[in-house]
Amino acid sequence: MTTQQTLITSPNLPHHDDVYEVLINAHAGLSDQQSSQLNAKLILVLANHIGCKDILSEAIALAAAKA
Amino acid sequence: MSFDGIPVYKEKTYKKSGELSGAVAKKHDFIVVGSGPIGLAAALAMARKGHEVIIVTAFDFVPAGSKGICYSKEALDIFDQLGVGERIVDKGVIWNVGKVFWGESTDPVYQFDMLPVKDQKNPGFVNIQQYYVEDYLVDALEQMDNVDIRWGHKVSGIDARDDGATLTITTRDGDYLLETDYVIACDGSKSTVRDLMGLDFEGRIFEDSFLIADVMFKQNRPSERWFWFDPPFNKGRTALLHKQPDDIWRLDFQLGWEVDREQAIKPENVAPFIKGLLGADIEYEEDWMSIYTFQCRRMAKFVHGRVIFAGDAAHQVSPFGARGANSGLPDIQNLAWKLDMILRGQAPQSLLESYNQERTQGADENILNSTRSTDFITPKSEVSTVFRDAVLELAGEHDFARPLVNSGRLSAPTPYHVSALSTADEDEFTQGPKPGHVCVDAPIVLDGKDTWLLDSLGDGFTVLHFGDYPPQPNIKTLILPAKGLASERYGAGTSYLVRPDKIVAARWTEAKPRDIENAYMRAIGKQELTS
Ligand SMILES: Cc1cc2nc3c(=O)[nH]c(=O)nc-3n(C[C@H](O)[C@H](O)[C@H](O)COP(=O)(O)OP(=O)(O)OC[C@H]3O[C@@H](n4cnc5c(N)ncnc54)[C@H](O)[C@@H]3O)c2cc1C
Repeated sequence: MTTQQTLITSPNLPHHDDVYEVLINAHAGLSDQQSSQLNAKLILVLANHIGCKDILSEAIALAAAKA
Repeated sequence: MSFDGIPVYKEKTYKKSGELSGAVAKKHDFIVVGSGPIGLAAALAMARKGHEVIIVTAFDFVPAGSKGICYSKEALDIFDQLGVGERIVDKGVIWNVGKVFWGESTDPVYQFDMLPVKDQKNPGFVNIQQYYVEDYLVDALEQMDNVDIRWGHKVSGIDARDDGATLTITTRDGDYLLETDYVIACDGSKSTVRDLMGLDFEGRIFEDSFLIADVMFKQNRPSERWFWFDPPFNKGRTALLHKQPDDIWRLDFQLGWEVDREQAIKPENVAPFIKGLLGADIEYEEDWMSIYTFQCRRMAKFVHGRVIFAGDAAHQVSPFGARGANSGLPDIQNLAWKLDMILRGQAPQSLLESYNQERTQGADENILNSTRSTDFITPKSEVSTVFRDAVLELAGEHDFARPLVNSGRLSAPTPYHVSALSTADEDEFTQGPKPGHVCVDAPIVLDGKDTWLLDSLGDGFTVLHFGDYPPQPNIKTLILPAKGLASERYGAGTSYLVRPDKIVAARWTEAKPRDIENAYMRAIGKQELTS
């Protein structure tokens, strides 16, 4: 999909507040179980869109890193 | 009829060994241990190359019961080379399509084709009971006068040395010794030879059990592999349906870890599963019921001095993907020509190390695939189940999610990405099998007759050339026209050096005899010629 081979870690999301709101709203009224299903589907959709194992591996490592 | 809980398909005759009646013991080139599909294939491959073959096997029968049923195209190609392929395909049920269902829906969420490249001799898969395969191999061996199958002769001791081994063989008439240069150990997942030598067999145990119901009934259903996630007749678990010859069907139900095996296979406990899958009014006869559990593991090395391990003795996988016998057969395909050349003094003994290098790679790929399938089919955590279900839900509606559905990645040839025998490409190729990959088949015309490329490669090394100006090395050359399907698959004007196991050793767009001869030397484990 994209030709970028490394994960972008600098701010890259225009309309970030809109996006964040859409994300939270999507979970409104859902049980924990339903929310986790939604998240899983969302991750799979985005993973397909990104289409690059290296970027995804970096993203997963970043998310999994302990603060 | 059964023996130690193992059902018998066909009894074989135990014979007292000559060694026990005072015959002079002589030293053998090699001994095959085990009469499963892998030991039998090893024996047949070596016998067809003209060697004297002895098989020692603990059994004095061909076992029945529920084991392998799905044989891959690669396995069928190997059976063809052993002369039993057509008999297996004729008896078997051909299938290429697999369907995956989820929950109550009768529409598949996903479907796949096991033979994406058409116009090849063999189909993607054939289903046939393992006992037929073993029986056909035994038949072929019994027709040869250089083969001695010693039924009921069990290995009970081994003294393995740098220059050979002494096997202790236990029979009902007593013990005797066999002296041999090499041992081909195909004695299954509980390998005695491996245990006697104190060798490792490490991997992962999966805490799950499956009920296999092989049942007979008459119903017109397509010959396809049907797999269910969370079907109504096995809530929260999985099921699988496969067609076999003789109106026998394999039904496979996930049961979970905590099961009472004896209870689970009682007819009254099996019936609800069968009726759930096939319909309440189905009339069937039980053929064989069993419970299996499984592990994914392999030996660190398949070659230990003069003792060579193959098949389940060397590696074991979960049945999802039918990678058991289907990966043991290429072990033999890989080993037989090497051992043959070593025994004839045409190749150095060190060539055996390439068997280890190549087949451990194959085993790793098979274990990786079957482990991943198992994790998808039987998720080990809450979140793993959530992701699995997310894939299935998306797959119903969206193309992109379908490849993620993993109901078993069915056995496919495992390329040798790293091999001391391969010569890396120097020329640019846009198609055709790479070095370390198995040759792709195609219909061809040879001497005015329709035939198949794989069938025409023969048992030795072959240079395969597509076009009018073949290189002229001292190696058998098969020349095919630059036009036609075969040439499209390999590239017009190209030349391939193909090993006896139909693996590409090297390839060129404009081959020079010298390059081919160098690549050949490398492929038989010898130093290259100096240029
Ligand atoms: C439920 C199930 C389904 C399967 N489905 C498939 C499938 O669809 N496709 C597929 O490819 N594979 C499948 N498999 C796997 C397949 O059955 C095995 O991979 C295959 O049998 C391995 O063959 P083998 O010759 O290595 O060993 P085995 O078949 O186990 O044979 C071992 C042999 O060694 C002999 N032996 C043991 N100990 C000694 C001793 N001490 N001395 C002398 N001889 C000895 C025995 O007599 C026997 O002949 C399935 C397995 C199961 C359980």
